[in-house]
Amino acid sequence: MNLHEYQAKQLFAEYGLPVSTGYAVDTPEDATAAADKLGGDKWVVKAQVHAGGRGKAGGVKLVSSKEEIRAFAEKWLGKNLVTYQTDANGQPVSKILVETCTDIAQELYLGAVIDRSSRRIVFMASTEGGVEIEKVAEETPEKIIKATIDPLCGAQPFQARELAFQLGLNDLQVKQFTNLFLGLAKLFADLDLALLEINPLVITSEGNLHCLDGKITIDGNAMYRQPKLRAMHDPSQDDEREARAAKWELNYVALDGNIGCMVNGAGLAMGTMDIVQLHGGKPANFLDVGGGATKERVTEAFKIILSDSNVQAVLINIFGGIVRCDMIAEGIIGAVAEVGVTVPVVVRLEGNNAELGRKVLGDSGLNIIAASSLTDAAEKVVAAARGVK
Amino acid sequence: MSILLSKNTRVICQGFTGSQGTFHSEQAIQYGTRMVGGVTPGKGGQIHLGLPVFNTVKDAIRDTGAEASVIYVPAPFCKDSILEAAFAGIKLIVCITEGIPTLDMLDVKVKCDELGVRLIGPNCPGVITPGESKIGIMPGNIHKQGRVGIVSRSGTLTYEAVKQTTDFGFGQSSCVGIGGDPIPGSNFIDILALFEKDEQTEAIVMIGEIGGTAEEEAAAYIKANVRKPVVSYIAGVTAPAGKRMGHAGAIISGGKGTAAEKFAALQDAGVKTVRSLADIGNGIKEITGW
Repeated sequence: MNLHEYQAKQLFAEYGLPVSTGYAVDTPEDATAAADKLGGDKWVVKAQVHAGGRGKAGGVKLVSSKEEIRAFAEKWLGKNLVTYQTDANGQPVSKILVETCTDIAQELYLGAVIDRSSRRIVFMASTEGGVEIEKVAEETPEKIIKATIDPLCGAQPFQARELAFQLGLNDLQVKQFTNLFLGLAKLFADLDLALLEINPLVITSEGNLHCLDGKITIDGNAMYRQPKLRAMHDPSQDDEREARAAKWELNYVALDGNIGCMVNGAGLAMGTMDIVQLHGGKPANFLDVGGGATKERVTEAFKIILSDSNVQAVLINIFGGIVRCDMIAEGIIGAVAEVGVTVPVVVRLEGNNAELGRKVLGDSGLNIIAASSLTDAAEKVVAAARGVK
Repeated sequence: MSILLSKNTRVICQGFTGSQGTFHSEQAIQYGTRMVGGVTPGKGGQIHLGLPVFNTVKDAIRDTGAEASVIYVPAPFCKDSILEAAFAGIKLIVCITEGIPTLDMLDVKVKCDELGVRLIGPNCPGVITPGESKIGIMPGNIHKQGRVGIVSRSGTLTYEAVKQTTDFGFGQSSCVGIGGDPIPGSNFIDILALFEKDEQTEAIVMIGEIGGTAEEEAAAYIKANVRKPVVSYIAGVTAPAGKRMGHAGAIISGGKGTAAEKFAALQDAGVKTVRSLADIGNGIKEITGW
């Protein structure tokens, strides 16, 4: 789960880290009122979406009048912001963060992730802040310096100093950086983060470190023990169909092809998408119905797949491990009858009671194309999708 | 011989009396697994599925000589259960449960390594040595005792590979699902090393997926250390960047972890890669001449 910048900054502030004073607002009136509360004659207004690249897309602006604030708020609230990290529709803007303005002398980068190879939380810092850090990592990896956190000892001040001196910070800044580093490490562990990024971490013209942006991703598996973060979830940033699928414990990801896929198991679901593409088709989605594929869930999965108007054929690929294929077949028949599926449906059943399952489908009288193998299924669904066009 | 698990391995189940523990323990017993008991705190002294229930793993080891444990407890309690088994002296822990917080796994992994415990999973189908013993949720009947070792991050993809190697008549020495999480107890390299040493294993199937760099690291290991023929399939060529494809580990982030990179690394290591999931059996036939 991702947080908005304003939420990340609230958490930073709770952990004693330096952030700008600001207000997240959802109307133009509140936006100008926020500027009154903040005082001064220059502010930064930032559209709150779960995506980077907001600045380049016009979603961040330095303003020096309340008219500008109002215009910015009217322009973005209720609209979608498209950045290089979003899809073509962009992400809806329902809040704008109005902040005090910070004079910047230098931009740094500070982030932390769980590194799979070392199986540790790793902090990364760089003097190349404010830009796409992925590019820095690729083109000049030597400019990214790292500190690995020992799971038993936790983050130590010496690690902060090692990073700070390499970043070329002065004595006062080294102390500030140490506080920042230790605070972030605590936040990371306390809140079950998967990713934390401050880009840029700036040195102000007065020489102080300051968190100008904040990005936080929380480990989805740990949400059950993070009630406060659960309450911060903004469903407007999620794909509607993905959210609906999640309610049914279905794992759905929308793609831009025309062949709907319903599969049990995440790996097999990806493998099925790949084989569809290998045979000249384009998958419309990833969908894992999971181990316990009941009739209700198969029905719901059908509804979600078919809510995508691009879908011209559906491929169902089930490898019955423990679950019986004849039960799945009954589920498919019930779902097809209930939902009123009009596109061709290709079904490949394998594993436990697969033959009986195929017979049940064959006897149903419904327009279901049985496939004898994975390759056969892929070929048939690609042909079926072409037929509809 | 086989890896990790034989018909003699004494196995207990943590979360024994729950629905998952009960169902899969029944299946395991039917398959021939030497189940010697189970653990459910507070139910010690009872008999379940004809086997003794213990309050603690320590008690279970004392009374049954258990060497391996399979864990079906809910995710919030898995760290505790794995550590209980590890500290009690269990040497093979298989954790089936999905959804364990990643930070829990960081601690668990450190301790398992320190204590010399082999942890398989979490979020995995388990381990099977066909014809002898199975620990986990895989369907026993699709397997056939034989000469291919299979290691995979995904459950149902493992079943596909099993079916193909069974249909071709090759059979399997052992099959290990290492799980789809970012921090698995065992990685490809751990299992590849076991297969390389195992006499029964003549060829290896490695099934990876997008996300992380475990496949690239395995490729480097294979290049330097594995002499047996390896066939590999990577799922997720069509997966877009930044979208988590079901498994917590299957996400292409920062442009890293793509299927293309993994295929390239494996090919460079002399691994026979197949682009279609349906070609795994054929791939083995091709490189072994069987």
